[in-house]
Amino acid sequence: MRVLANVIGYLLVGSAILAVGLWVDNYYYFQLLTFIGINTLLAVGLNMLMGYAGQISLGHAAFYGLGAYTTGILGVHLGWPPLVTLPCALLVSGLVAWLVGRPTLKLHGYYLGMGTLGVGMIVHVLFREWSSLTGGPSGLPGIPTLSLGPLEIPGGRPYMFVVWGVVLVSFAMCQRLVHSRVGRALRAIHFSEQAAAAVGVDTARAKLQVFVFAGVLAGLAGFLYAHMVTFVSPSSFGFLVSVRIVAMVVIGGMASIWGSLFGASLLTMLPEWLHVFSEYEVLVYGLILVVVMIFFPQGLTRGMLDLYERARRGKTGSGS
Amino acid sequence: MQEFLQYLFSGVTNGAIYAVIALGFSTLYSATDLINFAQGEFVMLGALVLVTLWSQAHLPLWAAFPLTVLLVAAFGMVFERVAIRTVRKPSPILLVLITVGASIFLRGVAMLIWGKDAYSVPAFSKTQAIEIGGAYLLPQSLWILGIVVLLVVGLNLFYHRTLTGKAMQACAINKRAASLLGVGTQKIALLAWGLSAGLGAVAGVIIAPITMSSYDMGTMLGLKGFCAAMLGGLGNFWGAVVGGVLLGILEAMGVGYASSSLRDAIAFFLLLLILYARPTGILGKASTQRF
Repeated sequence: MRVLANVIGYLLVGSAILAVGLWVDNYYYFQLLTFIGINTLLAVGLNMLMGYAGQISLGHAAFYGLGAYTTGILGVHLGWPPLVTLPCALLVSGLVAWLVGRPTLKLHGYYLGMGTLGVGMIVHVLFREWSSLTGGPSGLPGIPTLSLGPLEIPGGRPYMFVVWGVVLVSFAMCQRLVHSRVGRALRAIHFSEQAAAAVGVDTARAKLQVFVFAGVLAGLAGFLYAHMVTFVSPSSFGFLVSVRIVAMVVIGGMASIWGSLFGASLLTMLPEWLHVFSEYEVLVYGLILVVVMIFFPQGLTRGMLDLYERARRGKTGSGS
Repeated sequence: MQEFLQYLFSGVTNGAIYAVIALGFSTLYSATDLINFAQGEFVMLGALVLVTLWSQAHLPLWAAFPLTVLLVAAFGMVFERVAIRTVRKPSPILLVLITVGASIFLRGVAMLIWGKDAYSVPAFSKTQAIEIGGAYLLPQSLWILGIVVLLVVGLNLFYHRTLTGKAMQACAINKRAASLLGVGTQKIALLAWGLSAGLGAVAGVIIAPITMSSYDMGTMLGLKGFCAAMLGGLGNFWGAVVGGVLLGILEAMGVGYASSSLRDAIAFFLLLLILYARPTGILGKASTQRF
């Protein structure tokens, strides 16, 4: 049943992307879908950490930025091709996640929030101040477009296909992970770290693994972002971006992989649909976080389903 | 020497402000065991409400000061009632997300009300700067230091000598037990939020004359205040002062002798160091982990 639902999900998303790619000929839609894909990668990675393992991170944009800046710096200053910078970007974001995660993940609750926030801020200060390397506050222009050997992948339709290919593969990976021994360990940690440790889960190791995994996914998203926009600046990786990723996870529902897709799509499209919205963008993210957390701590999708269930049951009496 | 003194003065002044913000964190933590990620936004509200009362309502500063603090404290209570008490199953991760959301929301609201401009108000007293060993000490710094000492003495008396203060501590230790002994835990939580928001507003008011106030000033100040509170040990009022002043001096020296770009990194580096190495703070007692 679960497998079937997932296969249907992959087919639906895949065919929707294919349909847009084949029948629509509008650069704007391709770009929008590409951004949705990138944000979905970020959200699904953070969801593994926050939704499944129950470890909050308020500095996820740091790893996103590390991926983007690594490929950007290597491409601009050294002229390395994207095929070579991709493993470097993943390695740097993964390595930093590992280094930072070791001490940070010992913290709990509020302290973990503050710790990850501090990490995000320090990385952001680095992007801003290390001007010789990162171009400082004005950013780093001239990042080459994506190419795999002789194969050029320009922005627009081809890039959208690549990004969504990556998204679907990462979905499959996350799904396998969630229903594996590691995934069960993570959920056990979420429920109670002491209990998990008592039944033999190496909690520190499991938390570090999922932190690095989320960091690498964010680095991958950063890589894709940098070669799509061909320009990176510190403002794309600040605290507010971290909060936006958290909001995507929260809206889609913690511990829901398909929910991340929904949350990322909603928060990417909202500012595009409502142009007046841009002034209030930050305000709305804040409000969404507060309201969803108070009324639907399980996430908006699950909350809506629950409400629907209750309404239906209310109508048919206390049926089943 | 003259340079050093000047850095020291500015460091102590900034540190005293961090200390007031840290007191806000500590009062809330001492009563509800909760950390408010929107504390910095109360500081911002304090500064901007003061600006409005002074420039639009033409109130003198001595009248605008208490009015601002009362208004923001009332707002803090409303926030507790609307966004914190309504949470059915409070857990740290939920409350972190709610207060982070609230902080962003308040920032957005402040941007709508006050725009993106930066405002300033005059100093509390018009005395000339005092010269000590070639360095200048602003009278506003003396005001700030005096207010900090008053606040700490007052809070210590309140928490250790009054019944309400003791009830607050009881709530933090064990809410259910406190409630069984007849403490109105909901009222205490409300009071703690008001107190903490009011302290944030005090920090905003005393900072308004020496810096430009704008809608986005709160986040950084809140984080530095938290850093100060952690340095001194959360819930320890004198510790908050020690932590704040230490952070302020380190920052001023770093900016003076190394580079101004380091300013924000210093605070976060210290924060991480203290979180990793000694999460109970310098003055805090070592404690075992509570499950």
